[in-house]
Amino acid sequence: MRAYVEGIGLLGPGLPGWHDSRAVLAGTAPYRPAPAVVPPSPLLPPAERRRAGIPVKLALAAGAQAFAAAKRDAAATATVFTSSSADGQIVHELCAALAAPGREVSPTRFMNSVHNAAAGYWSIATRSREPSTSLCCYDASFAAGLLECTAQVAVDGRPVALIAYDEPYPEPLHATRPISGEFGVALLLASQPTEESVAGMDIDLVPVAAETRLTDAGLEAARLANPTARALPLLAALARGGVEEVVLNYVAGASLRARVAACH
Amino acid sequence: MQPVLISRFSSVNCLGAGTAALLEALRKKRSGLAPCEFETAAVDTWVGQVPGLDELRIKPGLEQYDCRINRLAQLALEQDGFSAAVAQACSRYGAARIGVFTGTSTSGILETELAYRRRDPHTGALPASFRYRTTLNTYSLGDFTARYLGLSGPSFVVSSACSSTAKVFGNAARLMAAGMCDAAVVGGADTLCLTTLYGFRSLELTSRGPCRPFDAERDGISLGEGAGFALLEKPGRGAPCDALLLLGVGESSDAHHMSTPHPEGAGAKLAMQRALEAAQLGPADIDYVNVHGTATRTNDAAEDKALVEVFGRSTPCSSTKGATGHLLGAAGITEAVVSMLAVRHGILPGSAHTRRIDPGLGSAYLLAPRAARVRRVLTNSFGFGGSNCSLVIGEAA
Repeated sequence: MRAYVEGIGLLGPGLPGWHDSRAVLAGTAPYRPAPAVVPPSPLLPPAERRRAGIPVKLALAAGAQAFAAAKRDAAATATVFTSSSADGQIVHELCAALAAPGREVSPTRFMNSVHNAAAGYWSIATRSREPSTSLCCYDASFAAGLLECTAQVAVDGRPVALIAYDEPYPEPLHATRPISGEFGVALLLASQPTEESVAGMDIDLVPVAAETRLTDAGLEAARLANPTARALPLLAALARGGVEEVVLNYVAGASLRARVAACH
Repeated sequence: MQPVLISRFSSVNCLGAGTAALLEALRKKRSGLAPCEFETAAVDTWVGQVPGLDELRIKPGLEQYDCRINRLAQLALEQDGFSAAVAQACSRYGAARIGVFTGTSTSGILETELAYRRRDPHTGALPASFRYRTTLNTYSLGDFTARYLGLSGPSFVVSSACSSTAKVFGNAARLMAAGMCDAAVVGGADTLCLTTLYGFRSLELTSRGPCRPFDAERDGISLGEGAGFALLEKPGRGAPCDALLLLGVGESSDAHHMSTPHPEGAGAKLAMQRALEAAQLGPADIDYVNVHGTATRTNDAAEDKALVEVFGRSTPCSSTKGATGHLLGAAGITEAVVSMLAVRHGILPGSAHTRRIDPGLGSAYLLAPRAARVRRVLTNSFGFGGSNCSLVIGEAA
């Protein structure tokens, strides 16, 4: 399946945006880990801005970057959201409330507990009535999202934004599922090359093969620390701007292969 | 879109295990709802609970996936010859060429709720028996389903609240069209749990009695639980002309509010129109609409407006949630199965528990079941976050 990358969004530890992280990802500047700063979204109406949790802000910030780079109208673009755990803080708060006497559940927290909360807020923020889905595939959530997003682009012939995000769980869930650092990635994909195209990408399922790793030890550690950061080898290939092949772990019977070729 | 063959389907909910029990209940307008006695819930409402799940044993080798939602999924996979049909498909296509696209809203949250009651009083730690990946993580259901069926093709879980298991039909159709798989298992499950019982109550959306969709005195939802699956394949040349097909999928977002639908049903209307467009059909080609019809004041009013705009006031429609309860993430597949039964067995389902249709609503809402020739059905599933999906199911045009 062929798609063209028109815009990229990135927010992670020591990676404060796609533009400011390109050199680090390309290996021409050193990687210096630092906590990600997740800004409130200027896109959201004030009431929704108050209600939105960190994962929602993370997703919106990464998505907004990709749309700005691609100069696309978010209101007219379909989206694929993907996350291993969505809002872990809310899961913790709801389960703690339900284990306590009285079982006082906050209606806002309950409403925001759905896995597609980020998609809902995105649709409100961008006034988009276009289709949107919200996926999970444990550690392969980014690969699953990339597969679905590329399939939509290839089959339906329309641009689609992939927005991936994951944040750490609080304790006691963190001990059972250690994720560290907030990480958000967005890719705006289209079926035809345009002036904004960064690279062409051929996505395929191939027999299980060794996944692509990162040579920088710090970036490799970041890749393994957060499910969404499994996107880093692909982002590094895009940052280097050449012709490369990237393999991502996916399911028991297949890996996902991306053949990337920069547009010049 | 290219039509997709629905070669096998199954279901489990409070009306029984297997589609024969569901069909019988639809014919007799039987409801499976009862006053809530689930776990320790003290919520004054009615629910559609599936009996016998506590005694059900998970398939040997998959014990680590043992939790209520995967038990429900297993029960559905064992009905209607579903697993055997998948095994046959597996021998035709190969395990890696069959996709598994499942949906759920709550995954294994119930077991996490229970584990939180048993936290270490000193450290706050969860009990050692708690298994995150195979119960709480949203992909647990997809992983379990693939392993149970021995499938290794492309897979993910869609979790878009109450539209989840309608949307999986679209995922499967697209990935088959893109050549990523030759067939797909779609469906999913959701269970009763304290999060949704107390959560919907906190939003004042739970009904005090059995839910009464489209009723003048409707006062909210009755939660239910269940699972369902369908096996999708590319229609071969030898497919009979009355073969059951997925004809269209239409998806939209409300862009309005997280838990309240657009008051004019704008997103719902768009989903229905897109499903008809994808099927290359007009409203007159649809013989019955299985509405989302949750029985909240706002949901039914908004959906009715959208229905009247798309279909006018004469296309028969009804909600089956008075019979099954609202299965949340499993509502899409359950009502897709209802639609398949409507076509296969020529029945327009009625609306259990609805007494007097709200005079403010304009669609041709059915109270009593009726026998009829049904060639094509449109079914609606709408969820929190303004996630809408409509499916068109039936015979080729």
